[in-house]
Amino acid sequence: MKASLRTTVSFVVTVAALVLLWEGYKAIGQATGGVWPGTSMNLPVRTNERSMPHVWDIVGSLFAPARRGGEDILLVILVRAALWTWRSALIGFVVGSFVGFGLGVLFVRSLLAERGLMPYVVASQAVPVLAIAPIVVVWSGRLAFPNWVPIAVISAYLAFYPVAINTLRGLRSPEATSMELMRSYAASPGQVLWKLQIPASLPYLFPALKISASASVIGAIVGELPAGFPQGLGRAILSFASSFSSAPEKLFASVLVSAMLGLFFVGLISLIERWTVPAAMRLREDPAIETGAIPRPAAVTA
Amino acid sequence: MTALDLRGVGMIFNEGAANEVTALENIDVVIEPGEFVSLIGPSGCGKSTLLRLVGDLLQPTSGEITVNGKPPARARLDRDYGMVFQSATLLDWRTVLDNVALPLEIMDIPRHQREETAREMLELVQLGGFADHHPYELSGGMQQRVAIARALSFRPSLLLMDEPFGALDEMTRERMQMELLAIWRETQTTVVFVTHSIPEAVFLSTRVVVMSPRPGRVSELIETDLAQPRVFETREEPGFYEMLTRLRESLRKVDES
Repeated sequence: MKASLRTTVSFVVTVAALVLLWEGYKAIGQATGGVWPGTSMNLPVRTNERSMPHVWDIVGSLFAPARRGGEDILLVILVRAALWTWRSALIGFVVGSFVGFGLGVLFVRSLLAERGLMPYVVASQAVPVLAIAPIVVVWSGRLAFPNWVPIAVISAYLAFYPVAINTLRGLRSPEATSMELMRSYAASPGQVLWKLQIPASLPYLFPALKISASASVIGAIVGELPAGFPQGLGRAILSFASSFSSAPEKLFASVLVSAMLGLFFVGLISLIERWTVPAAMRLREDPAIETGAIPRPAAVTA
Repeated sequence: MTALDLRGVGMIFNEGAANEVTALENIDVVIEPGEFVSLIGPSGCGKSTLLRLVGDLLQPTSGEITVNGKPPARARLDRDYGMVFQSATLLDWRTVLDNVALPLEIMDIPRHQREETAREMLELVQLGGFADHHPYELSGGMQQRVAIARALSFRPSLLLMDEPFGALDEMTRERMQMELLAIWRETQTTVVFVTHSIPEAVFLSTRVVVMSPRPGRVSELIETDLAQPRVFETREEPGFYEMLTRLRESLRKVDES
């Protein structure tokens, strides 16, 4: 109870500090005409209403009708879009995680498979998802899949990698003497896997699942852009970006909702972790996770 | 039938390669059922390697090992070995009871029966009240007792111990030695015990195998004819000190050669 109170307090303080920083920077910029106080050096980001709308304008826009005369407020529209995107992301996450876990198990069982396939697994993440996305969309259009399928595939493509790498690390984490003990009981390879290696891998798996969860949301949003599906967050971000000059706060609001979706998903995984892995077994620090080439949303608008 | 018969056993790591190491050479030891034999020697004498050869965790490059009249691989499949290492290597996600029951679970013993056996074993190591605790809630000495209970759970005929008390403080260590001897008398298990502690070897063993390093060889076999059962006062007897001296001299010869 005390720990959760501390978490809540630190969350509120962090949000307040961020709001204060944003508004403080804006206030300074507007007071000095966009230069560092006492100098003639320009501030890196303009502080006008277009570049940095007030926080309350951004939040306010969430509760105003999205279009003149429209029925739904922006928040409802964005949440609806987020749920549509999340469906693809969730499916992609589940599929990607299973594939990643399966690869980890395959690699720990077969050195040959690891040697042969690992370079491709690593290389897969060096290919920009922005280049993969249109190809997947075009292919699946030809095969007449429902339109969430290619999005889920792109999500899975980003989600499997951290899981594969960390599953392998986790399966290899038991001490050599633990493996020797299993051998002395004449345990079968399957028993070693189920009773020793897989339980030992869970503390390594969950940090990877959290990364995969946020990666799958990013994958889904990026995947929606070339597809031009109207239902998801990707399209919402794209259309608010194009009307940026007249209503910048809506773009910021959609970024906010996208971030919330990612946080919500990661939070969900944390909850499952809390039920599954005893506190004493959780890794103090997340293992050095190779995050690969998880694209940043900034790359999308470039 | 002998419990353990080693004839001309040798072990060369990386044979033929540039980093070739002869760990053991021409080891001849015969151990009868019910004996408590310690392997002692300076580091690099191959005593842990020898234990792993007996337990079929490594295969010798020469010579022959027979366990209860069988080759080690057969003995391992017959679950003749209980092993205890310096670190307890308990599984943190399992309770103490489930850790002790792990070997039985692997051997497909029904749940009811394996829990009953595991409880008996916990009583044997005086941890009856800790069945539902998790390993990380236990002290180092208690964890090692769980590891011993686990090794005994399937009643192996041969207990292989690799410096099991090496990480414990002196007082815990002496208490654990007493407990181990009580268990040994009760279960009549043959014990092969690797240690680098002279008093530990003298106090526990019926026989001590003194080994010399580079390459590992048996330099002397010493009978410790102190009265059984060994008790707390055994460590204060003149005979105990004579044995300590005898063993220390033997190890010094090994070091000088």
